Amino acid sequence: MEKKLPTIEIIEKYCKGCHICVEFCPTKVLEMKGFVASVKNLEACIKCMQCELRCPDFAIKVSA
Amino acid sequence: MAFDYDKYIRPGKLPHIWCPGCGHGIVMKGMIRAIDTLGLDKNNTAIVSGIGCASRLPGYMDFCTLHTAHGRAAAFATGVKMAKPEMNVILVGGDGDGTAIGGNHFIHACRRNIDMTYIIMNNNIYGMTGGQFSPCTPTGAKASTTPYGNPDPAFDVAKLAIGAGATFVARGTAYHATQIDKLIVEAIQHKGFSVVEILDDCPTTYGRRNKFKSVIEMMNRLKEIAVPIKAAEKMSAEQLEGKVITGVLYKEERPHYTGEYAKVIARAQK
Ligand SMILES: Cc1ncc(C[n+]2csc(CCOP(=O)(O)OP(=O)(O)O)c2C)c(N)n1
Ligand code: SF4
Ligand code: SF4
Ligand code: SF4
Repeated sequence: MEKKLPTIEIIEKYCKGCHICVEFCPTKVLEMKGFVASVKNLEACIKCMQCELRCPDFAIKVSA
Repeated sequence: MAFDYDKYIRPGKLPHIWCPGCGHGIVMKGMIRAIDTLGLDKNNTAIVSGIGCASRLPGYMDFCTLHTAHGRAAAFATGVKMAKPEMNVILVGGDGDGTAIGGNHFIHACRRNIDMTYIIMNNNIYGMTGGQFSPCTPTGAKASTTPYGNPDPAFDVAKLAIGAGATFVARGTAYHATQIDKLIVEAIQHKGFSVVEILDDCPTTYGRRNKFKSVIEMMNRLKEIAVPIKAAEKMSAEQLEGKVITGVLYKEERPHYTGEYAKVIARAQK
């Protein structure tokens, strides 16, 4: 059965490029693209929500 | 589903003014989730602050809010609670606001055990005004006003609150995001003055001066120094050296102020 992937939305106009979500994602799903965060490897996401919880800027939303 | 923060934020207010990586945003999110868990009514909840970066928080919240004078959140909040004892009152602010200029108001709110919750974002510095040392700046740390290292010992906010009479005292960190809402939920549910200290980071005025190369280093420090209270009970004094205990640190039931004051009113009206 195919695994259902989450949706990760990054609101670029809110992102301040602090790196917190990228650094503390346990499975390295995210990366910095210039000044903003972006999704590099969605398949690896374990939906732990840590990125969404820790983003100080309300800029990342994970929907399982 | 992703959590809907927008429901609680004044339309058009984001992005907020806080610097990249400033933990105040993480605390605000924790507070919103706590309010959501408890189902607090926006029209029956006051969020009150003094002045500082942390104290900008109420401006974003779609609740009854007061942004008052530096250090005076507790004074104004006391007024709100006395006039409307049924209202949920939450105070927010920084370590400078709460323990320096507002230290007096803070200790007396603790002593009176007024049924309110105080969330103090302790980033060890006066962020807004450019990094002067606060009563929570660690000994030896550099601030714009202590370029050769701070000679003062720092306040332990939790001990200060317990000593002054607060009946619920907890501590968390901006790194431990999931714990923030749990502590705030318990604090708001507690009947009496509850204090939640969140160890926070100010990369802009503290981190840079104190050899933190990045926000990530500051977050990692919070991760490393925090020891949950249950784990701390099994550790020796040496093992706890340089660590900070987190979780619910103190809890006691004691008559709260508006309840006692209602009795005074009843006596006077007899
Ligand atoms: C009566 C008065 N004195 C001084 C100031 C200047 N002032 C504004 S914010 C601030 C310190 C804020 O620091 P803190 O409460 O730790 O919050 P942070 O900015 O670090 O979040 C000071 C001294 C003021 N606004 N009013
Ligand atoms: S939900 Fe967890 S695994 Fe998925 S991107 Fe966020 S931090 Fe990484
Ligand atoms: S944590 Fe938030 S603000 Fe920081 S880089 Fe990630 S999305 Fe951007
Ligand atoms: S100066 Fe410090 S406390 Fe103020 S917003 Fe920037 S990082 Fe946060």
